[in-house]
Amino acid sequence: MILRTPKRAGEWVDRNKKINFTFEGEAFPAYEGDTISSALWAAGQKVLGRSFKYHRPRGVLSLANHDVNVLVTDGIDTNIRADVVEVKDGMVLTAVNTSGGVKKDKNSYIDSISPLLPVGFYYKAFHTPRRFFPFWENVIRKAAGLGVVNFNYPRILKRKQHSHCDLLVVGAGPTGLTAAYVAAQAGLEVTIVDENSQAGGSLSYNRGGVHSNLTELNDLLSKVASQPNITMHTSTYAAGYYPDHLIPIVSASGITKVRAKTVIVASGAFEQPPVFRYNDLPGVMLGSAAQRLIYRYGVKPFNNGVVVTANDYGYRVAFDLLEAGTKVVALVDLRAGVNGGICAKDLMRRGVKIYAGHCVYEALASSDKSSVRGAVICAYDDKENVALTDNKLTLECDGIAMSAGWAPAGALLYQAGTGMQFDYEVQQFVPSRLPDGIFAAGKVNGIFELDQRIKDGTRAANEALRYLGLQAPQNNIEKHVGISPSHPYPMVPHDKGKNFVDFDEDIQIKDFVNAAKEGFDNIELMKRFTTVGMGPSQGKHSNMNAIRILAKIRELPVEKIGTTTSRPFFHPTPIGHLGGRGFHSHRLTSLHDWHQTNGAVFTDIGAWKRAAYYPATGQTKEEAIQAEAMVVRKSAGIIDGSSFGKIEIHGPDGAEFLERFFTGTYKTQKVGGCRYVMLLDESGVVVDDGIASRLADDLFYLSIGTSNAAAVYREMQRSQQMWQLNLGLVNVTGALGAINIAGPSAREILATLTDLDLSYESFPISSVRESQVAGVEVRLIRVAFVSDMGYELHAPMVQVPHIWNALMEAGQKHGLRPFGSDTQRLLRLEMGNHMPGVDTDGLTNPFEIGADWAIEMSKSYFIGQRSLTILAKRSLRKRLVPFVLAQNFKGEMPMDCNLVVDGRDILGRVTSISYSKFIDRCIGFAYVTPDKNEVGSEFQIRTDNGSLVTATVVKTPFLKNQKGA
Amino acid sequence: MKLLTCPINGTRPLSEFIFGGEYREAPNQDSCTDAEWAAYVHNRSGAPGDKKEWWYHSPSGTWFIAERNTLTDKVSRTYLLGPNNTANIDINPVQEASK
Repeated sequence: MILRTPKRAGEWVDRNKKINFTFEGEAFPAYEGDTISSALWAAGQKVLGRSFKYHRPRGVLSLANHDVNVLVTDGIDTNIRADVVEVKDGMVLTAVNTSGGVKKDKNSYIDSISPLLPVGFYYKAFHTPRRFFPFWENVIRKAAGLGVVNFNYPRILKRKQHSHCDLLVVGAGPTGLTAAYVAAQAGLEVTIVDENSQAGGSLSYNRGGVHSNLTELNDLLSKVASQPNITMHTSTYAAGYYPDHLIPIVSASGITKVRAKTVIVASGAFEQPPVFRYNDLPGVMLGSAAQRLIYRYGVKPFNNGVVVTANDYGYRVAFDLLEAGTKVVALVDLRAGVNGGICAKDLMRRGVKIYAGHCVYEALASSDKSSVRGAVICAYDDKENVALTDNKLTLECDGIAMSAGWAPAGALLYQAGTGMQFDYEVQQFVPSRLPDGIFAAGKVNGIFELDQRIKDGTRAANEALRYLGLQAPQNNIEKHVGISPSHPYPMVPHDKGKNFVDFDEDIQIKDFVNAAKEGFDNIELMKRFTTVGMGPSQGKHSNMNAIRILAKIRELPVEKIGTTTSRPFFHPTPIGHLGGRGFHSHRLTSLHDWHQTNGAVFTDIGAWKRAAYYPATGQTKEEAIQAEAMVVRKSAGIIDGSSFGKIEIHGPDGAEFLERFFTGTYKTQKVGGCRYVMLLDESGVVVDDGIASRLADDLFYLSIGTSNAAAVYREMQRSQQMWQLNLGLVNVTGALGAINIAGPSAREILATLTDLDLSYESFPISSVRESQVAGVEVRLIRVAFVSDMGYELHAPMVQVPHIWNALMEAGQKHGLRPFGSDTQRLLRLEMGNHMPGVDTDGLTNPFEIGADWAIEMSKSYFIGQRSLTILAKRSLRKRLVPFVLAQNFKGEMPMDCNLVVDGRDILGRVTSISYSKFIDRCIGFAYVTPDKNEVGSEFQIRTDNGSLVTATVVKTPFLKNQKGA
Repeated sequence: MKLLTCPINGTRPLSEFIFGGEYREAPNQDSCTDAEWAAYVHNRSGAPGDKKEWWYHSPSGTWFIAERNTLTDKVSRTYLLGPNNTANIDINPVQEASK
């Protein structure tokens, strides 16, 4: 650990806990609390990773979660961020994006041919000749992306939690801690999150060589700890902003969705690199990164350093470097005529040479290009932003610390819809119009001096308190005074380039100039053409400089350039955090276990699981369905219809409601009678149908199909809300179950279980009776949907299995058997009954399905009536017709949705088609042009393979009347 | 996720609600022209601004009207429709929250 300094108060590493790990096959020591990068740097390892595009060696840049050139893998996780992830004992790590290791990356040759690879080259280069594209695609795919996805990644379920608080504070720096403390003292429940493993923000590293910051931090932390109503989450980042203050916070163990009543964003600022040639060499790092190395990890950043700065922070960094034992060769200040004040004098006294109005023109690489051997400095024209290279001076050093300015960590503010404006006093975008309940404080608000930040935290807390309707003092808004903390244009042009703006994507100043020349001179276009800000750090260190460069190119003020859109997530969030347990709720009937025991294959209809058919061993689906249907035709079958929609309409206005809601008449309906109901929408399109049974003068019982039941009930509720009729709607879909027993033997079987007279005379088709079946109170409806002879038995859901079992037993000698919903589809087709949603679509009107008989136009109103008066005046455009294929048809079977064609013209489509074993014919419904409506008309169906099948229009029912009806 | 205030059940997450489209007064179907009726049935105004919308609180089966600005996505008030339900509720999420 050659660069490790003596132990210092406040550091994050535990010197008593030594651990060991492996990087690129080499063993390294570390302390607990080290990040992977800090441990490697302490051991003198300078090349930590390779850049994405040119494979240039890279080291420490920020230590703040945007060193994305230093991604490593342990063979399980793909892209571990070494600058912030703590190293663990026994870790075996390698750098990603290298060919043959980080030290001798074979792809580093790309750096030497980089002039051939300007931005956007791949948009243009690989189009022609087209036959080469597959080759280039392969090359590009290999070069694109970082890391290798581990396809054996274990499925680890991460917890999802919800939490609620009065105030969420984002950022536990001095501003955030102060805000949390003030709000908590006023009684609020406060949650505070910080992505670092310890709270403190800049107080934990930005010391300027003195230790008062540490005392101040400890004071703040103990105050916060004294408030039981503050919940602190470290190693946790606020990942995004969603409406009404929902902020997911993400830690290694999972995601917590925090619903806050109010939010204070005190997320600070990202330090921004000045741009000069070779500013990416390992050893060139941000001043704050050097400070983090020193005070958090006890690591000396380098032995002989140069500080390049354009603000007062650089001076503080110089003091901190001296504190760590670094010889500070020089401090280079871009600003001319700046009197560094006492700081500068003090530094000079300690042997630091200060070059005001100078810049680092370029960093000099060591012979193996893996580290810094010097810095070339020269005078800098701060107005024209050019280096004056007449009197260049080379300083020997092994590291350069850069402090030229800041960009607000404003992602959450942007996502919440904050209006931002450029403040020239601080050369930074600051909030100008905050959404309700959101407050910004500290550096993200353009406040940089420590005492001012603490006041700003207090102000924000008081504003949050007042927003919540509590008493709190009104504080003045702090305003930055003095020299700007950020330089307006910290760029040093260089003929040979390699002055990097975006380290993620290896983008240099000239790339922006070229992009603008190509016409991509809008910030959003420039982002996409150059890919600036599109790397894993999402522009945290590059967007601001990109905006400045574009502003200069276009000779516009910065605020006219604007910013790119900020989207969640703030940091990459593992997919495992987002993926949840499969949660699809299903509704099961009370017979579900019976179906399962008896080998049913289930199908999803709406929210329900329904038995589709019951295959015997070795039976195909088709064979099972035909066998079930045959039993229904020859004897009897039963089906579980418990999923049907079942709605009761109680009250004197029930018939009035039905007449307005459906197309038919119900006021004349007798108690004990059933009538067909058809629902249209306002445009006259068929929505659903069903049966209304009148159980009493003031009670209708409605049964409708399974899949649409919830939506129909919802529309009934809406209509009642508008009409305010004297009635109540009760959805009894889950309370009542239903069984349909159908087939020629149905009456005989049912008669053994009830005293009710089932004869045609006393219980005809389309009537309803209430009686006991197998000792249970049942509503019996005489239906003819799947067979001329059929009864629906509606009873409390829990009683349904009892009735089912009694029927099965009673029907044993008749060969009674269950059938499923797929068989039901065939049976109703044989009966010639069409189904809404199957034989109709979102444009079908009732005239097109021949449902004129179900419409009572003389009523004063029903839903869709007015539209039908318009439709009735027009000629039909299509007509649903029943058809058969040729006897003994052996060709390719047409399928649902196959087109009805005439040459190249489309006349319609098949909506239902099936072979019926009982009829021994292929039967179906299809839409055709109205001229083919007549029985005997022929039309052609085009199958999937393109063959044409002739179909003939027939009359329904397809079945001849069965005896017993 | 957004929060919405049901006039009956109070402030609940949006996942409990179903959007029911814009609330619009139908023209008198006996006196309007076919073109007026067709415009009512088929045409919608997509222009952003203050809209009256139908919303359905699914667990309780409550239909109500929300007045929402579709540009800012701010709901100014919600209330039950109908002559017997004129009691409007002004939404104040703060007071709602601090109850």
